[in-house]
Amino acid sequence: MSPAAAQTRREAPPVAPPRFPRLLEGVRPDGRALTLAEHLELHGAAGGGGRSGRGAELAEVLVASGLLGRGGGGFPAGRKLQAVASRRGRAVVVANGTEGEPASGKDKALLRTKPHLVLDGVALAAAAIGAEEAIVAVGRSAERERAVLERGLAERRERRLDAVRIRVESAPDRFVAGEETALLQWLNGGPAKPTTVPPRPFERGVGGRPTLVQNVETLAHVALIARFGAAWFRELGTPEEPGTALVTLGGAVRQPGVYEIPLGTTLDRLVATAGGATGPIRAFLVGGYFGAWIDGRDGGVRLLDAELGERGAALGARAVVALPEGACGLVEAARVARYLAGESAGQCGPCRFGLAAIADAMAVLVTAKASPAVVERVERWLGQVAGRGACRHPDGAARFVGSTLEVFGDEVELHLRGRCSGRIHGNLLPLQSAQPDGWR
Amino acid sequence: MSGSLRFDPIACDGHGLCAELFPEWIRNDDWGFPILDPRPVPAGLEQHARQAIAACPKLALSWARSEDGRERRGRAAPRARA
Repeated sequence: MSPAAAQTRREAPPVAPPRFPRLLEGVRPDGRALTLAEHLELHGAAGGGGRSGRGAELAEVLVASGLLGRGGGGFPAGRKLQAVASRRGRAVVVANGTEGEPASGKDKALLRTKPHLVLDGVALAAAAIGAEEAIVAVGRSAERERAVLERGLAERRERRLDAVRIRVESAPDRFVAGEETALLQWLNGGPAKPTTVPPRPFERGVGGRPTLVQNVETLAHVALIARFGAAWFRELGTPEEPGTALVTLGGAVRQPGVYEIPLGTTLDRLVATAGGATGPIRAFLVGGYFGAWIDGRDGGVRLLDAELGERGAALGARAVVALPEGACGLVEAARVARYLAGESAGQCGPCRFGLAAIADAMAVLVTAKASPAVVERVERWLGQVAGRGACRHPDGAARFVGSTLEVFGDEVELHLRGRCSGRIHGNLLPLQSAQPDGWR
Repeated sequence: MSGSLRFDPIACDGHGLCAELFPEWIRNDDWGFPILDPRPVPAGLEQHARQAIAACPKLALSWARSEDGRERRGRAAPRARA
């Protein structure tokens, strides 16, 4: 076929809605990103992303779908879109793929393998809110993901697929750099540190304009909902938390990696999907480093914010780490507490000093024969840092450490007597090893 | 009544003047940063609240609502001009 003929738009037969998987349908075994042609063959055309103006239809179908943000905030995507669409002024779309949580790899995996799903979502959202400009933000170290995005954008520009101008920006590799207001401050020329609100991003964001900030996975779901509708989306998951979600599973499982699950899947089922555990599980860390621990015997817990919430946990960054029997949760958590203290933006006293004090006390608890007063101090400080910063960093850190002391109470007792049950050593909870990046 | 106190945690540097001037409502945490009572300030203590607001070197304290009932914005980080 001649190139000219290949470029001619053919009338393609409609594509059947995917059953399962959805986002990860068609992911190649070699991990190469789907080309635009392959993407359109698999999912069909998105429709509505090219030339249409403000679209109430997309917002309505998103509200009907019940899609919640997949970046950790869990805010209803349709309502967020409506809030931005209702503002005066030229809006901007920011697709947040920074994924600063070290235990999470789902956004990067999605961008590497199905970039056009995310870009479709960006274009559809932009058309719906009348945005002419869109930014996909990734972490500075996500060079491969950036390259895949740039190639995908070049393919789309060649076909004149999108009315919106989309560019990629590489933000600092810091834990809080992906927080909504931090990312916006960085895009506006400042440091990647959270700011106080009001005004909120939907009111004033990039360049002072109404800005829709959505996680890249959320936008990928938007791309499929625009094609196949709200009822289709609700066929999986629960009525309150519908659809599928990507989860990063690490630790003591045979095949750690990124998996797509219907919301409401149990931890045990997720582990089974990953080839099963490599041994008995002591506890699951659910929600990444702002998350909480679930006892290993409670694998019947379903991955839903409603059910996790009853145990002081949440889906959060959708990162799950299975800690095996023989590893000491206290030792692992102390490393993470030190990391979280170092990732404070340092703007608010209770976070800047409180997390450092908590990390110091955890280090004493883990490495020396600590007195019970050390544990009391940590408990006191956990209560003093939560809710007292400009962002949720101290809250998340406090939840993580508090949960650690609760679920690993037996380990705390051992350590107070100068002992430790850990036989497996070696940094089971992943952290970035390089020197921390700057804030610009 | 003038409402609740509004606090900007980024602006605050822990100078401690507010807790000193208004101890009925504000106490310090272990690092010298203020913990504020979130309830609306009763009329009888309003004067102390005003003194605390005026004394803050970083302008981190303000009223969440101005006296005529309109909501006032707190200080946010400087933003680039549109």
